[in-house]
Amino acid sequence: MDQEESVSVLEEKYSRRTFIKGVIATGATASSAGYLFRGSPLLGAATYQTATERLITLNVNGQERRVDVLPHETLAMTLRYKLGLTGTKLGCDRAECGACTVLIDGVSQYACSMLTHQVRGRSVGTIEGLEDADTGELSVVQRAVMEEGGFQCAFCAPGFIMAMTEMIEVNPNPTREEARLALSGNLCRCADYDKILTCAMRSAELARSV
Amino acid sequence: MAERLVGADIAPPDLHAKITGRARYAEDFRAPGMVFAKLLLSPMPHARVRRVDASRALAMEGVIDILRADEVPSRDGPREACLTDTPRYEGEPILAVAAVDEETAAAAIEAIEIDFEPLPFVIDPLESLRPGGPNAYVDGNQFSGQDGWSDFKWTDTDFANVDAGQMPDPSCPVDWTKGDPEAAFAESALVLEETIVHQSLTHHPMEPRSNMAYWEGETLHAFVSTQSSQQTKFALAGALQIDPENINLVSEYCGGGFGSKIAGTTVMQIPALLSRKINRPVMLRITRYEENYVGRARPGFQTWLKMGFLQDGKCNAIDLIIVQESGPYGAGDFNTAGMIADLTYTPQNMRFRGVSMYTNTPPKAAQRGPGGAQIISMMEPILEKAGRELGVDRFDIHRMNAPRGDVQFGPRNATLTSVHAVEALDQGREMFDWDAKLAISGQRNGSKVTGVGIGLSPYTAGSRGRDGMMIIRPDGKLYVHQGIGNLGTHSIADTARPAAEVLGYNWEDVEIVWGNSARAYPRSTVQAGSQTTTAHTRANHAAATDALRKIREVAAQALGGSPSDYSVGSGRVSGPGGAMTLGRIAERAIAMGGEYSGEVLPEDVHAQTVPAAQMLSGEGLMGIARDNYGGQGNIYSWVAGFAMVELDEETGVVELKEYVGVTDCGTVIHPRNLGAQVFGGSIQGMGMAMTQRWVFDPQWGVPFANRFYTARPPGFLDIPAKLKWGAVGIPDPQDPVGAKGIGEPPVGAGAAALTSAIADAMGGRCVCRTPLTPDILLAEIEGRPMYGRLEQHVG
Repeated sequence: MDQEESVSVLEEKYSRRTFIKGVIATGATASSAGYLFRGSPLLGAATYQTATERLITLNVNGQERRVDVLPHETLAMTLRYKLGLTGTKLGCDRAECGACTVLIDGVSQYACSMLTHQVRGRSVGTIEGLEDADTGELSVVQRAVMEEGGFQCAFCAPGFIMAMTEMIEVNPNPTREEARLALSGNLCRCADYDKILTCAMRSAELARSV
Repeated sequence: MAERLVGADIAPPDLHAKITGRARYAEDFRAPGMVFAKLLLSPMPHARVRRVDASRALAMEGVIDILRADEVPSRDGPREACLTDTPRYEGEPILAVAAVDEETAAAAIEAIEIDFEPLPFVIDPLESLRPGGPNAYVDGNQFSGQDGWSDFKWTDTDFANVDAGQMPDPSCPVDWTKGDPEAAFAESALVLEETIVHQSLTHHPMEPRSNMAYWEGETLHAFVSTQSSQQTKFALAGALQIDPENINLVSEYCGGGFGSKIAGTTVMQIPALLSRKINRPVMLRITRYEENYVGRARPGFQTWLKMGFLQDGKCNAIDLIIVQESGPYGAGDFNTAGMIADLTYTPQNMRFRGVSMYTNTPPKAAQRGPGGAQIISMMEPILEKAGRELGVDRFDIHRMNAPRGDVQFGPRNATLTSVHAVEALDQGREMFDWDAKLAISGQRNGSKVTGVGIGLSPYTAGSRGRDGMMIIRPDGKLYVHQGIGNLGTHSIADTARPAAEVLGYNWEDVEIVWGNSARAYPRSTVQAGSQTTTAHTRANHAAATDALRKIREVAAQALGGSPSDYSVGSGRVSGPGGAMTLGRIAERAIAMGGEYSGEVLPEDVHAQTVPAAQMLSGEGLMGIARDNYGGQGNIYSWVAGFAMVELDEETGVVELKEYVGVTDCGTVIHPRNLGAQVFGGSIQGMGMAMTQRWVFDPQWGVPFANRFYTARPPGFLDIPAKLKWGAVGIPDPQDPVGAKGIGEPPVGAGAAALTSAIADAMGGRCVCRTPLTPDILLAEIEGRPMYGRLEQHVG
């Protein structure tokens, strides 16, 4: 990937403009309200009757899930409050920390800054989907983290593990420096970076030996 | 022979849940009919609410109710209530709204008409010390329980000195002297005088302090983010004025606290009170933006330091004045800072003066190494400056001033249980290859200059006298009940290891019980002050020793012979009469009752332990005891940090190249996790020294730096590429296990190694201000200091 391409990919992945464009495209107002949770069943059916709100189908961890989604609802809120997938964490609400990192078609994205409507027809991968659904066997990244005893408070762990899952696909044989760059979109306030990097390197090693 | 557990790398038992998304932090809990709360935050730093009209908000569809300040427990004086009509900082919660979803609650907040009367405010504590300067409270700027409010000011003469860049001679509420500093300074070969500013900075754990609560009759179920667990239940009960036994406190995982969630948080009262009012479960989700306000911060210092040295580099006198930026509700850092300066440099002659000033900034709390981290990060480069001026090797000046085992420090000549700071320095020198690094100090590569520096940092690391409680059930397993918190230090598991060794258990047969007060905890420490490792290895050791005695007695009773003839290991007890599994022993203990099954408890366990033990009694063989091992002196750990940086003189950017941290923390229980604590704490210190600025608009008193990207903690690209850690590994002689805590000392070591290395890259010039952001360094390099020498909160 040359420099120019990588910049445009990053912009596509992370820019706030893309997020706001998405909000506008779905007919909602771009405001901080997008970061909040709306749509309690307690409010009754009235909530869901405006023109832009709709029942959509999402592909999450390989399963088709039907869900009511508001036009400006973020993927993180849908996952956490409508699909019961609380493994995806909210650390900052707006693309600063990476705790909510999920994989969209295998590419790591901040679920706090992506609208649920943007992922229709795409595959969404969360931390809950990494284990083998039948055997409960851990993914190579999860195995590596178990072996190396990664993370302290681990609030950042789901996001980092998703970013590592992408990293070993994109670059199966990273140097420590490359791994550091690949994971630099995620913040660990305990600053367990050295051990996280060791986990990332071990993940790649395990993936190569599979 | 059972496996050796102390000193082994064993992943904590909760790791699987953490990496599969199953671990539930406070915001991950749900309850049927759960509604959402949103806070109205004060838009100004000091005000009085004159009028609130919530009628439009309450009429909105989906809005349930509002909670006002007069409905929550109020606090007199400079003490915090969870909601207030007299906000003392921008962002203080005024009221809360409950609605069926968060967005409706937020819309309702917008629809509330609220009228504030703005009041005078102060952001920079020095301004409040000036004659005629503003105060953070209407009634004054100092408070005592006996005398109430007073107005404390320095004199015009003091400020004439301050403004002229001289050290003032002010009166201060805290003022202690040991030895004869004046006479000692007269004998000094070198006297350095500096004025220093250390910023305040927000803790910002990854998990904001979201929490949820509901009631079942008189019982409160609280799902909270807290560093501690057993103690948090009592703190919450105290705040809400309810019986602690009516709280079921769930705190399975905490996404970091660093001192900001010690016995829970003030905002955790809000869902509890709102839920009681509306009779529904209430979730209060705290955003990162809100966390900046309600999430606590380290107090900043404005400091004058005079430090005297003999010709050989020995520090012989210190005169230290600290003005602390304490926010509206106070903090104690400055007192600790004075003690730690005396401990680290052993001057024998010292005067310390300090004043804690209330300010209208977000509330302060202990932040990892409170007081110690600030003073060490500021004084270590000055110590190295003395080395340069006296022609003493910088390593040697650290080593000669570091305390030995006979040290006495502070106004009351405190002593230590053990101190191996010198050994930590020596080991670090070797691991870092100090002599070779010193040879490239000052080396230029284009516009980049290499600098190396050392930071030696102590902090308290233990307490005594807590209770341990464990039970061997008929399944043969050992259940260790841990009332400490689970905030990422792994101490819930690691402090059980010495107990498991006493009983010869294999680790797979040990179950850690934690996370929910219904599961019964003994009286525990708050998980703060790096106490836990010492306090609970001791308490669990005591309880395991009690269990061992009981196992032998039960075996002798069952099989014959004397208890002392029986040995225990790998889940069995064996002796002259034969062998039994510990599961069978547990069954017999239940049948025997009395002390064996916990129906009779030791008389000296804490009153808070008793109801918990009664919950478990009769379920197996109980080991329960107070830590009566005793000990004399304070328990302190140390980290010696060594850093190499490259400073780009054209941009002011500092790149961290290498860091070595070596600790004296006694017996090493979990090496890999110890390394993670040394690195993690050190890197937090580097963030404090380099990136996390606090900036306020002085005109309106509102913060500009209020998110991760404006007050940024270190990320993956900020940390040194090469990191190494080591441990002296000498057990503390006054302790059955020998382990001392490690949470806090690395922060000062990381920060100070960095501030020292940056000073070295600048040819020995100390900027004496944190954080050392590129713009500040560049201004210094170009000889155009950006700010007044002592201004706080400008960057």
